[in-house]
Amino acid sequence: MSHRNSASGVALEAHQLTLRYPDSEAVALTVEHLCIHRGQRVALIGPNGAGKSTLLKALVGLLPVAQGSLTIFGRHPAARPQAVAYVPQRREVDWQFPINALDVALMGRDVHLRWPRWICRQDRAKALAALRQVGMAEHAQRHIAVLSGGQQQRIFLARALAQESPLLLLDEPFVGVDTTTERVIFHVMEQLAHTGVTVIVATHDLLTVEAHFDQVVLLHQHLIADGSPQQVLQPHLLAQAYGGPLALFQERMPHELF
Amino acid sequence: MSFFDLLVEPLRYDFFTRGLVVGVLLGATCGALGCFVVLRGLAFVGDAIAHAILPGIVIAYLLGLNIFVGAFLMGLLVAGAISFISRHQQLREDTAIGIVFTGAFALGIVLISRQQGYTRDLTHFLIGNILGIAPLDLWITGGVTMIVLSGLCLFFREWTLMAFDPVHARAIGLPMGALHLGFMALLSLTIVSGVQAVGIVLIAALLVTPAATARLLTDRLSVMIGLAALLGSAAALTGLFLSYYISIASGAAVVLTSTLWFGSALLLAPQRGLLWNWLPQRTSTHSSF
Repeated sequence: MSHRNSASGVALEAHQLTLRYPDSEAVALTVEHLCIHRGQRVALIGPNGAGKSTLLKALVGLLPVAQGSLTIFGRHPAARPQAVAYVPQRREVDWQFPINALDVALMGRDVHLRWPRWICRQDRAKALAALRQVGMAEHAQRHIAVLSGGQQQRIFLARALAQESPLLLLDEPFVGVDTTTERVIFHVMEQLAHTGVTVIVATHDLLTVEAHFDQVVLLHQHLIADGSPQQVLQPHLLAQAYGGPLALFQERMPHELF
Repeated sequence: MSFFDLLVEPLRYDFFTRGLVVGVLLGATCGALGCFVVLRGLAFVGDAIAHAILPGIVIAYLLGLNIFVGAFLMGLLVAGAISFISRHQQLREDTAIGIVFTGAFALGIVLISRQQGYTRDLTHFLIGNILGIAPLDLWITGGVTMIVLSGLCLFFREWTLMAFDPVHARAIGLPMGALHLGFMALLSLTIVSGVQAVGIVLIAALLVTPAATARLLTDRLSVMIGLAALLGSAAALTGLFLSYYISIASGAAVVLTSTLWFGSALLLAPQRGLLWNWLPQRTSTHSSF
């Protein structure tokens, strides 16, 4: 993964940021200040509608910045699509599309290809390596519709890996997947963090945050807290976001937090 | 008379040979491009463009111009009108298409109805006549085939990405608007070149049916495109010989052949065919997720 390291080692920086929902004036998220360093595994947590997906979309350049500044490696998000790999939440893809796992992974290479985008042997090797990394190499030639939900998630993770971007964004990757897939995702995140890749994950699963993330950002239409898991996973902070811990989170939260 | 004689006999007629060449080229073009039409859910759009170009055809016909020119200009106008109307957020795009194509079609009928022998002319445009192709139209169809097939080769990855995962396509910075416009231009060109052969009403069948049949037979897009082109051409050949020997309308014979093959694929295709699933001991391994 070769990419220029900015002197400060900052992957993402937001200042006085305001993001609005598409085609609407409603404010989705405001962030006074947020800084994420390279090689960190960052969890974005908060209730539904907190602005987690909105922030990720702005980082990929799918949503314009309404006010303030948002930079990735010192640049505007849309300026360098190669810098960000993104695995969306509810993948708006046609699962009956005539395409196999390897072809999906190969699409990760398109961001580096110039028109007319001939695929070369090196691209194929990288796509296969990405499939291997998520344990899907033996399914490379299978049609995507015959794979399980977890396997499909891993194929899309492989596509993001084949992109070789210094910043990886995962939107709710653990929803509806098997334990193998969950293990693979955590393992890949760890490997990437070691090579200096920054991984930002929007997640509902607060139970896994402490063990697998370096930094936690708690959102609820604005930034409530930002810091290490121990600093952020505090009952009074979580209550601010989720509005009263007992009613909503009895089952999902570890007891020692309350 | 041997089978070979049966195949060669109608080739004595120039009009038949021309029809055959146009049919094969058109079948291949529509089949290949039709794969993206089917995968992007644009079947209605294709049908709408075909109907909406009627006034262009009529005006060109009345002015004594090549109807290809009138049809293509009208196609561009209609595509522009559709995108203009669907900019209103209250209206969905399919509504805009429904309004524009029926309005344009009605305008075409009004123009024809002012003429003598109105029903005959209208029938001619609606049904087409692949055996009445002029030599110049042969060249036009050849040119369109070249343009469309090279377009498909050069923008294969872009259009595949757009059809499969538009969010990813946008995220990696593909120029979605320009790619869509380019695709629509090729689609209009194909439809316009096919209208003389099979008519306004049936052209959508050439786009949709071979591609859908091919989809039932393969899970690879590149194979699907090749197969659809082959099926489209083969249906044109078969339909034209059928129309010659049993005296039926040529365009309709081509479409019906294609439809019949789709029905067979639906019934008999390996893995997905209805028959395959009825076989008791082979429960399908093709389960969904």
